[in-house]
Amino acid sequence: MTALNELTLAQARDALAKGATSSAELTETHIRAAESARPLNAFITETFERAAEMAKASDARRKSGGAGIVEGLPLAIKDLFCTAGILTTAGSRILDGFTPPYESTVTANLWREGGVLLGKTNLDEFAMGSSNMTSHYGAVENPWAREGDNRPLVPGGSSGGSAALVAARAALGATGTDTGGSIRQPAAFCGIVGMKPTYGRCSRWGTVAFASSLDQAGPLTRSVRDAAIMLRAMAGHDPKDSTSVPEPVPDYEATLRDGVKGMTIGIPKEYVLEGMPPEIEVLWQQGIAWLRDAGATTKEISLKHTKYALPTYYIVAPAEASSNLARYDGVKYGLRVEGGELTEMYEKTRGQGFGAEVRRRVLIGTYVLSAGYYDAYYIKAQKLRTLIADDFKAAYESVDAILTPTAPSAAFAQGEKMDDPIAMYLNDVFTVPASLAGLPGISVPAGLSAEGLPLGLQVLGRAFDEATMFRVAQVLEDAAGFDAEPAFVAGR
Amino acid sequence: MALDKDTVRRIARLARIEVADDQLEGLAGELSNILGWIEQLSEVPTENVAPMTSVVAVVLPMREDAVTDGGYPDEILRNAPAGGKGFFQVPKVVE
Repeated sequence: MTALNELTLAQARDALAKGATSSAELTETHIRAAESARPLNAFITETFERAAEMAKASDARRKSGGAGIVEGLPLAIKDLFCTAGILTTAGSRILDGFTPPYESTVTANLWREGGVLLGKTNLDEFAMGSSNMTSHYGAVENPWAREGDNRPLVPGGSSGGSAALVAARAALGATGTDTGGSIRQPAAFCGIVGMKPTYGRCSRWGTVAFASSLDQAGPLTRSVRDAAIMLRAMAGHDPKDSTSVPEPVPDYEATLRDGVKGMTIGIPKEYVLEGMPPEIEVLWQQGIAWLRDAGATTKEISLKHTKYALPTYYIVAPAEASSNLARYDGVKYGLRVEGGELTEMYEKTRGQGFGAEVRRRVLIGTYVLSAGYYDAYYIKAQKLRTLIADDFKAAYESVDAILTPTAPSAAFAQGEKMDDPIAMYLNDVFTVPASLAGLPGISVPAGLSAEGLPLGLQVLGRAFDEATMFRVAQVLEDAAGFDAEPAFVAGR
Repeated sequence: MALDKDTVRRIARLARIEVADDQLEGLAGELSNILGWIEQLSEVPTENVAPMTSVVAVVLPMREDAVTDGGYPDEILRNAPAGGKGFFQVPKVVE
């Protein structure tokens, strides 16, 4: 009999529907699991009492006949989503003590569909990072370890806490946000599934903003089916977010096993990187073979502006962040450091409230938007963005989906890549282009590195065609048969 | 594009972020490094390319100009570091 916390979200859902277990029992197991996972430092705020209450209420609802999409299932929420009455920090000192008086639309959707809140997860500060090393609340540890090496590894970022918990079997699913890869990359590093929907699919209302033209909420789960279920619960048009699109949300689970026969999958030649570990190239070729075996055709495509995607992102995202983070000024909420007069208060509050990476990005953003530089940098980057999006548009005229590796390496050790910010930025080389084009992408665990660490394959889809993307991902998951487990599994 | 200490000081002022004098040099180096890496975008010809203004092909939706929210100042002020009597309180702005 599988331990309750080692079921997938879909299996737990079905067990609840059959009456084989209750949300109270399932949640209690997950609370114990989360407690045992504390050394990972994956939670900023645990909400175990609330979880038990929500579970009890869910069981009562089920008795009277109601059951939402994620009814009774314990979920972890990235601490970037405002949760009414519950501390929300964005991993930053500048939001010390901030208790939102409102609920984000994405989490409101999950509670409406019966979800149970285990707690708020750790993240890189303001979602800026790919290692979860920049959080004011400390680093998160990956439950995976290299063979014969006990150095703690990073879970990836920025949704590091969410990824670590799901991989450690301490949550059935978790929410994350993905601006340049912050769901997909940690999913790959932690051997789980993570996806970013099309820009506009999920509402950004109540989600602490980093880069408003890039941010998207998405699920981190242990299977493709689980991600399909969670996305359906999270997504949908929201009149409070004018960038959320009034597209109906399909039942992604229903078409999951429709297969890839007759599909054409694009393999972008510019994603072959100099110095990329050969095992990643090998895994990518394996993915191509799996899709061909399942009846798809694959063809080489050219996304010719790929190499400019990362530098483009590091103009656009910091520029938008410098605008979005202007609101943190010590006036309305969070940290205030007293100053003699107003400007001094602003400068001291922000100087002490923001960490080094956030400061770096806000300053870059301020510079590229400043008088005399706006055209050379920001407008130039927005033009590159058009070219990158056009590359994808052209490719999608002859392919249905695109297959790439998710990350250029497996998880690295805490403390590595910290000397040069650009070394850290390169983690997102395969995920950033789809973010700039607003396209959906999913990472599926597909193999192990020579050191026994998970490696992911990424599938990119057409705008608003997450259904096709999920179908391809399901074929990969079935073919890969990835059943390796992290060194730490909660409850064992 | 190499930034010097004075430029960093000016940008920090614009961003309202206090940077200690002894950190300016190091920060100038880091930011110059990043901007130098970004410089490669100038390789790409973009004279006839329109800058992207919207990620998705949507027109900004309009709504009725009606008051649909508000009227709970206590909740809004609950997180305020300083205030009272229905106001956020800030240091005096000196003319």
